[in-house]
Amino acid sequence: MKEGMSASIHKALENQNLAGILDRWNYPATRAKAFEGVDFEALRSKIADIKGEAAGHLDELAQTFKKNAEANGIKVFIAKSPDEAREYIANLCNEKGVKKIVKSKSMATEEIHLNHFLDQFDIQSDETDLGEWICQLAHQTPSHMVMPALHLTKEEISDLFAAETKQPLDSDIQKLVKVARKAIREKFFEADMGISGANIAIAETGSIVICTNEGNARLVTTLPKIHVALVGLEKLVPNYTDAAPILAALPRNATSQLLTSYASFISAPTLNDDGTMKEVHIVLMDNNRTAMAKDPKFKEALQCIRCAACLNVCPVYRLVTGHVFGDIYTGGIGTILTAWFNELKSAEDIQALCIGCDKCKEICAAKIDIPGLILEIRRRAAAKEGLPFIYKSALQVINNRKVFHTMLRAASVVQKPFVKEGFIRHLPMFLSGLSEYRSLPSVAPSPFRDIFPTIKQPKCEQKAAFYAGCALDFVYPDAGVAIVKILNKAGIEVLFPEAQSCCGIPHWGSGSFDMAADAAERNILPLLEGNPDYVVVSCASCTTALKKEWIKILKEQHREVLIPQAKKVAEKTYMFTELVDKLIKEKRLTPKEGMELHTLTYHDSCHAKRHVGVFKEPREALSAAGYDIKEMNECDTCCGMGGSYTLKQPEISMKMLKRKLENIEATGAEFVTAECPGCLIQIRGGLDKSGSKIKAIHPAELMVDKFK
Amino acid sequence: MFESFKAKAEASGNTEVKRFATTSEALGFIEAFMAQEGVKDEAGSYAVWAQSPILEAFDNEAMAQKFPGLHFDVTRELAKGAKVGITQLKWGLAETGSMAQDSTDVTQRLASALAWIHVAILPTSKIIADIPALMSKMHPKEDKYITLITGASKTADIERVLAIGVHGPERLVIVCVDDLALEGVAS
Ligand code: SF4
Ligand code: SF4
Repeated sequence: MKEGMSASIHKALENQNLAGILDRWNYPATRAKAFEGVDFEALRSKIADIKGEAAGHLDELAQTFKKNAEANGIKVFIAKSPDEAREYIANLCNEKGVKKIVKSKSMATEEIHLNHFLDQFDIQSDETDLGEWICQLAHQTPSHMVMPALHLTKEEISDLFAAETKQPLDSDIQKLVKVARKAIREKFFEADMGISGANIAIAETGSIVICTNEGNARLVTTLPKIHVALVGLEKLVPNYTDAAPILAALPRNATSQLLTSYASFISAPTLNDDGTMKEVHIVLMDNNRTAMAKDPKFKEALQCIRCAACLNVCPVYRLVTGHVFGDIYTGGIGTILTAWFNELKSAEDIQALCIGCDKCKEICAAKIDIPGLILEIRRRAAAKEGLPFIYKSALQVINNRKVFHTMLRAASVVQKPFVKEGFIRHLPMFLSGLSEYRSLPSVAPSPFRDIFPTIKQPKCEQKAAFYAGCALDFVYPDAGVAIVKILNKAGIEVLFPEAQSCCGIPHWGSGSFDMAADAAERNILPLLEGNPDYVVVSCASCTTALKKEWIKILKEQHREVLIPQAKKVAEKTYMFTELVDKLIKEKRLTPKEGMELHTLTYHDSCHAKRHVGVFKEPREALSAAGYDIKEMNECDTCCGMGGSYTLKQPEISMKMLKRKLENIEATGAEFVTAECPGCLIQIRGGLDKSGSKIKAIHPAELMVDKFK
Repeated sequence: MFESFKAKAEASGNTEVKRFATTSEALGFIEAFMAQEGVKDEAGSYAVWAQSPILEAFDNEAMAQKFPGLHFDVTRELAKGAKVGITQLKWGLAETGSMAQDSTDVTQRLASALAWIHVAILPTSKIIADIPALMSKMHPKEDKYITLITGASKTADIERVLAIGVHGPERLVIVCVDDLALEGVAS
């Protein structure tokens, strides 16, 4: 990571305007209300289908659009590059003697820095969208794709307006908006040209659709005699009716509205108010979009309808804003677009900011696997430039069970000083990340793999292979013991395949897919030894590997030999609480009677909640075992651990932890639990440092003596 | 349909929905409304009424005489100085409380986008379900510029605080008229 990056992260974290503003908005609740009665999954599948199909035919659609719009009297220019787009507009201005332009919101014009370009010809172009105008006055780029000036406070904005309109102003928001109305109103009347973007371009009819809430696009396309729309090729859809699902999802997901105040379909030039005919030009811009469409992985990103919902829920974006996490386009999707519209290199620093929590993916209106694509950027960067040496060696060591485990054992003796020194601290990622917010975990004196042979188990009909995962094995062996005891009560004998080693998630997460495939291959057969009825995992990240990623990674790496066995493993795999819930329901585990009730709050690890969809089962199992669950605010927002993230982005990680701790404290529960040793390390360390009374305990330990 | 339309429209921000059985009652309301809003012949207080089928139902000249600030020939200057802009809309959408305007004629846009208050006349019988339903009624082939209007002009660009009336009307008054058909007064 570049020096500049950590400095800008630091600066962004000092200023939490945007986080505060998003918090007060309460987006999840207002969004849910806007979607009442709408089947979101069906809607977004439809959008993904329409736009995915369109992405496969961009050239063809552009030609159809051109033909139909031109038949209506619109001039259409297809610009390959930003240069071509800029030149077309500059020439037009020159030809028509345009000196003043009013603009409505258009990310595409931001993408090509159009205002700046027109400056050199003494053409004044004024933004009219309130947020864009504020950014223009502040000489800043938008920090959010839908609400560009969300990072600024009303006081800062009042200063900007006061300077611009040369009058003293207070910071009353309603008054500020009226000041802007008055200041911008004249510009609409004076402008020679209006420039807009478009939300949708319909090939069948040659129409563009523009949504605004302020009503500025209507004026931009009405008052000046020339209208130019700059439209990215990805806005194309084949048919008129394709606009309907996009209009149903965009405002709901973007701002929790049923529809924006204005949605205009412009399909032809119309008469100006002086009786002349308006000139309408549409510039369809490629700028690498067709190349993106040819990439089997990244084609998906062209489905984006720019609702920015993915920003609103991203825990990293909320902390650092789009000025750090993104470029012109912001957040996770912004990282992906930056990699293509600028170049891969420019996205290398920002891609590292994504913690892979999947929050954005679950809410994306176009069903884009945003974190998956960011990981792909990471993979390509790693393949091209190679991972930093130290990091690569660390990953190799993890993949060598003997060496890795020997080091972990050594760590249990040396503890703290050990992890501080040199490159060794990069090894067990979960042990690192020193900070004022979190105590270090300690490696247990004996790992679970040493304790296991000493546990006496009854003979049982059924067998479960236990995949412990490194963190549970070496940091929380007691949880492993508890798991064996509980499963024994249900008549299941636990097997512990000695040859198991790291699941490969750390390698996968850093873009080293080949090493992740090695990890998968090493584990699959040992787990099936003795033909177990279940494979039990009690780490959400490892669960993801066993249930999903191993199969995927072997396919991707063209190492198909073990895929049938990998599927077998996947079929048998249960997260521990998921299995307990099933066993309780099958009456194979019976909670004791007359237990004292305790209070608990449950943190959903990202992997459990969004990768494997296990969140009901742990709650039901824990409730049955005598815990009264007090839900915390944002129970499924990432705790900031994210494997090695805490090492690579310590400042952001700690800020996320701090937020999580506040939410945990606010419940007043006795315990907090999460079925992920990584989250537990993070949360327990944080609670310890802050001197909290709340204890972070693994679910197995909480339930160990609760069954008959 | 009407009830849902009304509920959704009124939830969309500074929007009131009135309903009248007859055109003459609706006209009575509009007259009273103009009087109440102090429509007069000076910039800032004009009322502009864009070409609408309902205009055929009454003596426009007589009304213009009653309200010297009321203009039926909408220009950009008059619209700029208008307190009230009156237009007739084509369709209402029950799902979102929106209305569809055929904005091809520029005066429709001037009157509904520049005035402080937009009075939108809508035949009650023209309230249909949603955008897909609308798409079978209005098509870009015939209507070169279509606008869906939902509530007043608004923004949340400063600190996510809602503010009404940015570049367009800060108030939307929807006048639903039961005896009005799409292209004029019912026979
Ligand atoms: S996966 Fe999480 S951190 Fe990454 S972009 Fe999505 S929401 Fe943000
Ligand atoms: S990536 Fe998805 S959620 Fe984000 S702006 Fe695009 S469509 Fe919306």
